[in-house]
Amino acid sequence: MNALAQDTAAGAAPPPALAVRGLTKSFGGLRVTKGVDLAVAPGERRLIIGPNGAGKTTLFNLITGEIAPDDGAIVFQGTDITRLPCRRRVHLGLARTYQIITLFARDTILRNVTLALLGLSHLRWNPFIDLDHQHHLTEAARAALARVGLDHICDRPLAQTSYGERRRVEIAMALAQNPKVLLLDEPFAGLSVDERRDVRNLLTAIPRDVTIVMIEHDMDVALEFAERITLLHFGEVIVEGSRAEVVADPRTREVYLGH
Amino acid sequence: MRLVTPQRIAAAIAILVLATLPAWVTDTYYINITSQILLFAVFALALNVLVGYGGLVSLGHAGLFAIAGYTAALLMEAGHGHLLSDVAGLVAVVIASAVFGVLALRATGIGFLMITLALGQIVWGLAYRWAGLTHGDNGVNVSGRPTVFGLGLTGATSFYFATLVVFVITVAAMALFVRSPFGASLRGTRDQPRRMSALGYNVWLIRFVAFLFSGFWTGVAGLLFIYYNQFISPQVAALTSSAEALLMVISGGSATLLGPIVGAAIVVIMKNVVSAYVERWNMALGIIFVLIITFMPEGLVPGSVRLWKLAWQGMRKQPAASGTLKEQQS
Repeated sequence: MNALAQDTAAGAAPPPALAVRGLTKSFGGLRVTKGVDLAVAPGERRLIIGPNGAGKTTLFNLITGEIAPDDGAIVFQGTDITRLPCRRRVHLGLARTYQIITLFARDTILRNVTLALLGLSHLRWNPFIDLDHQHHLTEAARAALARVGLDHICDRPLAQTSYGERRRVEIAMALAQNPKVLLLDEPFAGLSVDERRDVRNLLTAIPRDVTIVMIEHDMDVALEFAERITLLHFGEVIVEGSRAEVVADPRTREVYLGH
Repeated sequence: MRLVTPQRIAAAIAILVLATLPAWVTDTYYINITSQILLFAVFALALNVLVGYGGLVSLGHAGLFAIAGYTAALLMEAGHGHLLSDVAGLVAVVIASAVFGVLALRATGIGFLMITLALGQIVWGLAYRWAGLTHGDNGVNVSGRPTVFGLGLTGATSFYFATLVVFVITVAAMALFVRSPFGASLRGTRDQPRRMSALGYNVWLIRFVAFLFSGFWTGVAGLLFIYYNQFISPQVAALTSSAEALLMVISGGSATLLGPIVGAAIVVIMKNVVSAYVERWNMALGIIFVLIITFMPEGLVPGSVRLWKLAWQGMRKQPAASGTLKEQQS
C-alpha cells in the first residue's frame, strides 16, 4: 500500500480525482462551509476529521449534490460538476454511504443492493419485466454482498438485521456501483470491536483504482487507514497534511483539546 | 420459483368464478353490481399506483376519471365513433395527468394532496359551470355501447364479460408493474427518496411517469363507467368521488394488488345492495371504515393475512415464519 502511494508521489502529479475550490455554504446566518479547498489524488485515502458541527457531512452533501453550494466549484476527474444534479454525479462514478443509516427497511438485503445496481442501469425504467429474473443484477448484488461478508444472509429482510450488518449493507451498496470516488461518512460509527476490524479489513481490500474520502471519529482505525488528513473546524480547513504532520500540528491539539 | 403457489391457485379460482358468474347468477341486477365492482376496482388499482407504491395520496383522481369520460361522451354526442372517442378519451386523460403531475409533484405529502384536490375541484367546476360544453348539471347522455368483434355489449351479461376482460388486463398490468424494475424504483422513491437520488435515480421523473400510468388506467375506468351508466354528470368529478376511490384503496389495503379490489367491492356493495335494506347505509359504511381503521389500520387484505397468521401460529405454537415480504406482492 505504501509503495503504491510513494509511486504516485514520485511520478508527475496526476490531476486530482476530486477537487473542491472555495466551497461556501450558509444555512440562514450560519456559515457551515467557509471557502473549503480540497484536492484528493487518484487512489488516495483521505481522512476528514473535526469536532461535531465542523461541517464534515455538509461537505459530503455538497460534493454529492444533495445540497447546492452558495459559491465555489467541485471538480470530479477534471469535469466541473458544481451544477450537476445529484443523480448525474452518481452516474459519473461518485458513491457515498450515510452516517445515519438510510436503507430500504421493507426489502431484503439483496434487494437493497440490487436497487443500488439498478440505479445505474437503463432497466430501471422498464415496467414489463420481472426484477427477480434479472440474474445479472442479482448476481452482481450477491458478489457485492460477498465482499462485505453478508452473502450468506442476503435473503433476510433488512428489518431483521443488526446495526453492524446494516453498516455493511451501506458499504456494499456503494461498492456495487463500482465508484471511482467513494465517500464514507463514519463507516465505523456504533460498531463493536470485532465489527470494526471486519469493516477495516474490508475497506483495506478495496483496490487502489477507487479513491476514498472518509469522515471518521475513531482515530485508531482511521489514522491507520488514511494517508492524508484534513482537519475541519467551524467550516474551515485548519490543517491538511500527512498523518504525522497533522497529528504533530499544535492547531490539531488546539481544536480537539481547546488549548 | 414454484409454478403452483397458493396465490396462483386462488387467482385461478377467482377468474373461474368470475368467468362463470352469469351461469349461476341469473338476476341481471347482481350481474350489473359485479360489473360496477370490476370497473371501480380498475379505478382503485390505478389510484393505488400512486397511493400505495408511490406514497403520493391524490384526492383529484375523480377529475381524471371524469376527463376521460366527458371527452369520450362529448365526442360520441357529436357523432363520432366509439373507437375514436375512446382513444381521444385516453389521450385526454394522459395529457391531463401530465398537467396534474407537473403541478402536483412540486410537493409530496399534504402539499401533493392539497394540489390534487384543487385540480380535481377545477375539473368539477368546469363540468358544472361550463354548461355550453358539458350541459352543466344535466350531464351528457351516451347513446349505445360499442360492438366488439361482432359482439354487441348492450346486454348486462355481454357488458359484464367486456368489463371482466378489461379488469383482468388491468390486474395483469399491475402485477407486472409491481414486480418490474420500474415498480421497484417507484417503491424506492416512496421509502427513501433522498437515497434514491444518491443512487442515481431521477426521483421526480419516476413519480411523474407513475402519475401518467395511474392516470391512464383511471381513464380506462372512466370509459367503462360511461358505458356502464350511459350517462356522465359533474357528480362524477366531485370530491366525494375522489374520496370514495381513496377509501377503496385504504380500506382494502394500499400497496397490495388484492386490497383495492376488495375495497371497491365493499364500497359498491354498501352503496347498492345494503342501501336497499338499511336507510342509513352511509352510516353503516362509516362504521365499517372505522372498524377497519381501528383493527386493521394496514387495510382489510394485509390485516386479514396478519390475523390469519396469528391464529395459525396460536394453533401450532410455533415461532413466526418469515413471510412478511411475499404478502406485499400478493
